[in-house]
Amino acid sequence: MPTLNINGKDMAVDADESTPILWALRDTLGLTGTKFGCGQALCGACTVHLNGAPIRSCVTPISAAAGQKITTIEAVTASDKVGKAVHAAWVKHDVAQCGYCQSGQIMSATALLQGKKKPTDADIDAAMAGNMCRCGTYVRIRAAIHDAAKTLA
Amino acid sequence: MHFDAHALQSQAHFFMPKHLQALMDKAQEATNSGVSDALEGVARRTFLKVSAASGFALGAFPLVAGAQGHVAAPAGLKPFEQPSAFVRIDADGTVTVTINRLDFGQGVQTGLPMILAEELDADWSKVRSVHGDASAAYADPMMGMHLTGGSNSIKNSYTQYRELGARTRAMLVSAAAAQWGVNASALRTSNGFVVGPGGKKLGYGALAEAAMQQPVPEKVTLKDPQQFRLIGKPTGRLDAQAKSSGQQDYGIDVRLPGMLTAVVARPPVFGGKVKSLDDSAAKAIKGVKAVLRVPTDRGGEGVAIVADGYWPAKQGRDALKVEWDTSAVGKPDTKALLAQYRELAAKPGNVALQADMAPLAGAPHKISAEFVFPYLAHAPMEPLNCTVKLDGDKAELWMGTQMPGLDAMAAAKTLGLQPQNIKVHTQMAGGGFGRRAIPTSDYVVEACGVAKAARTAGLSAPVRTLWSREDDIQGGYYRPMHVHRAEIGFDAKGRILAWDHTIVGQSITKGSPFEAFMVKNGIDATAVEGMKEPYGVPMKLSVHHPDVNVPVLWWRSVGSTHTAYAMETLIDEVARAAKQDPVAYRLALMGDKHPRHKAALQLAVAQSGYGKKKLAAGRAWGVAVHESFSSVVAYVVEASVKDGTPKLHSITAGVHCNLAVNPKSVEAQVQGAALMGLGMCLPGAAITLKDGVVEQSNFGDYAVPRITDMPQVTVHIVPSADPPTGMGEPGLPPLAPAFANAIAQITGKTPRELPFKLA
Repeated sequence: MPTLNINGKDMAVDADESTPILWALRDTLGLTGTKFGCGQALCGACTVHLNGAPIRSCVTPISAAAGQKITTIEAVTASDKVGKAVHAAWVKHDVAQCGYCQSGQIMSATALLQGKKKPTDADIDAAMAGNMCRCGTYVRIRAAIHDAAKTLA
Repeated sequence: MHFDAHALQSQAHFFMPKHLQALMDKAQEATNSGVSDALEGVARRTFLKVSAASGFALGAFPLVAGAQGHVAAPAGLKPFEQPSAFVRIDADGTVTVTINRLDFGQGVQTGLPMILAEELDADWSKVRSVHGDASAAYADPMMGMHLTGGSNSIKNSYTQYRELGARTRAMLVSAAAAQWGVNASALRTSNGFVVGPGGKKLGYGALAEAAMQQPVPEKVTLKDPQQFRLIGKPTGRLDAQAKSSGQQDYGIDVRLPGMLTAVVARPPVFGGKVKSLDDSAAKAIKGVKAVLRVPTDRGGEGVAIVADGYWPAKQGRDALKVEWDTSAVGKPDTKALLAQYRELAAKPGNVALQADMAPLAGAPHKISAEFVFPYLAHAPMEPLNCTVKLDGDKAELWMGTQMPGLDAMAAAKTLGLQPQNIKVHTQMAGGGFGRRAIPTSDYVVEACGVAKAARTAGLSAPVRTLWSREDDIQGGYYRPMHVHRAEIGFDAKGRILAWDHTIVGQSITKGSPFEAFMVKNGIDATAVEGMKEPYGVPMKLSVHHPDVNVPVLWWRSVGSTHTAYAMETLIDEVARAAKQDPVAYRLALMGDKHPRHKAALQLAVAQSGYGKKKLAAGRAWGVAVHESFSSVVAYVVEASVKDGTPKLHSITAGVHCNLAVNPKSVEAQVQGAALMGLGMCLPGAAITLKDGVVEQSNFGDYAVPRITDMPQVTVHIVPSADPPTGMGEPGLPPLAPAFANAIAQITGKTPRELPFKLA
């Protein structure tokens, strides 16, 4: 049975090794904050961090994550300094509408700010282009990222 | 989805066809007598069914009133007027408001509680909200059915929720008056407290239990809008915390003990059937529990793979060897359809509007135009899903739905159960845009079919049927493809002499329970909405509704997704041909007859700097204004064209939705609707078919806008104290024509096909 390190804890996952991280999280471990949107790394709803870097969990099999650190939305907004700032900015700017894509948006935004303290609009667009939002919350996503960057400065 | 409240109100009774009304009445009756349901459910539904609900925990308001049977329901109040169904006040003062709509991003889970809390004088920091179910109380008070659509939520429930708040407040005041031995008229309320003589105060939480013993007043006095302290104030969403931390659950997140997941292999052509099936490889996959032949939409047949999770189910589906029989169904092809539609557009159809077309022949100036609009998928971010739990002669369903009442009826029929034995748990939905208001209840019926087949196969666990994105993009229920044709005659001053317009496209409601009241004289109201314009055009409008084997549906702003484009680009073209400023031209035609259009347009013009500001090199202004669902939105945009690629740089919106209950929500709706409108113009925004098979499959080939497409948007709202009109949809229609009009200013040519093909 493969073991994954998720949010700092080693967890045994009763699933085939080809299973994407997304479905191990959602169906096997009950961590449903990470969302299914397209299954093909096209929409970003399933974004998690693998060793701190944003990846699309819908196309990354658990076999590729053995022995590495997976961070999900549940932990990043609760215990990560940057993640907390992003969460606060998201609430302050009322970013979410339906909210379904926002876990992935927040994971991508957090990764951006972990690597770049003061991103420009162009940096934001580049980092967030893989995260779709059908409600069209992009204006507020940009504003919230700038705001989070300020609070972290 | 479209329902015209004005047309509705002009009729003496609910505007549903008799058989649909009868169905709903039956469902309501059944639900009202649903004494076997959870206590909370019963008590919320009615004061009358008290005996079965004894022993309900104290401290909840005013459910206990019902539970204890001390207070009879006021005979004059309908279920949707009863505070017991909508308000609960806990001992700690928390106020929980039940919303009678699906929230799928539009913000009614905040807007409706704001309206109720306003009249209740509640402490907003203590207000929460929950979704209602398919009980009678949560039907739309004006339409008598459960529906989230037509941008109706705030519009149709504004007075309802104010009165609910005022009734609850009156009961709290009466309770305090009794406790203090003073006249109720000597008391006032403030921010969650009843305040008495000498400044003594009691919190709503402390009063809740006693308030439940008070009679529910039928008549209440509502505040003067000038006294509002919540309504009209930009207010953050109640679900912002949950939705910014992965804590918000949606239908797809429902987890029941032992629950299984099903994916369905559907026929490649709508309505096709299974000819032969080899499921040996699928069954060999670990986790696959059953492979079942199940009915699919439009009389088709598919294969469901039931497994202990999505991944094994999907692997099972990939491993199936199915031969399909599509011999009995039509195999539409976009190219052939376009040729057919063009031919129809040149022929007379059913006449929706009549005017004298004689001046057309001799008109000094003419425009002849043909427009092409493709099929569009809704593609909400949360893939469709429905979880079904069967238990003897009862069933429970969990899904995000815009019409839980109709879905419950459809589930009952599919499962062969009594409607009162179906319990729908409406879930927060990750978008919808019309896809979850489905007259055929396709994804619910299919999920019930899967659950039924699973039970027959010996699986007793609840089954979640989950769609992949490919299933969603290829599964139909698209905004119908349309062709418009227009011949316009006008004079040198731009006076329109005659306008001959033809629309060709499938009827959305034909064959559905909505047909009886939405199709008149062979014309589906949803196809021509938006042709009503503020310019006084002498128009002949005729309509063709061909039958095509492609399921179609309302798509955010429905008919106005195409009618506004044709109308607003053509008006602009006439203005430019007559060498008039497009804004001045529109305002002159509107005269004084359309003050809301005028105010919205003038506000957008003033805020954008149109005509005053010097634009950056290569940019041009584009303007459009359109009314849909009783609200008016005007856009002034800045766009450029570089190497044949148009770009939208900024959007200034002028909005007239009467009183904006939550301006933040209105702003978000306009931003999002504008982007969705922009999306219609961009490459990849089309569903096409070849030999009956949809050619797109995921976000790689069916493109929707990304952050890189998002222009600057500023939203300005015309101040008003009039009862609010809806804003879920009206921001969409005028965006594409405003963009097109800017492009026309640059290139001299209006794009007449969506998505744009400028080359």
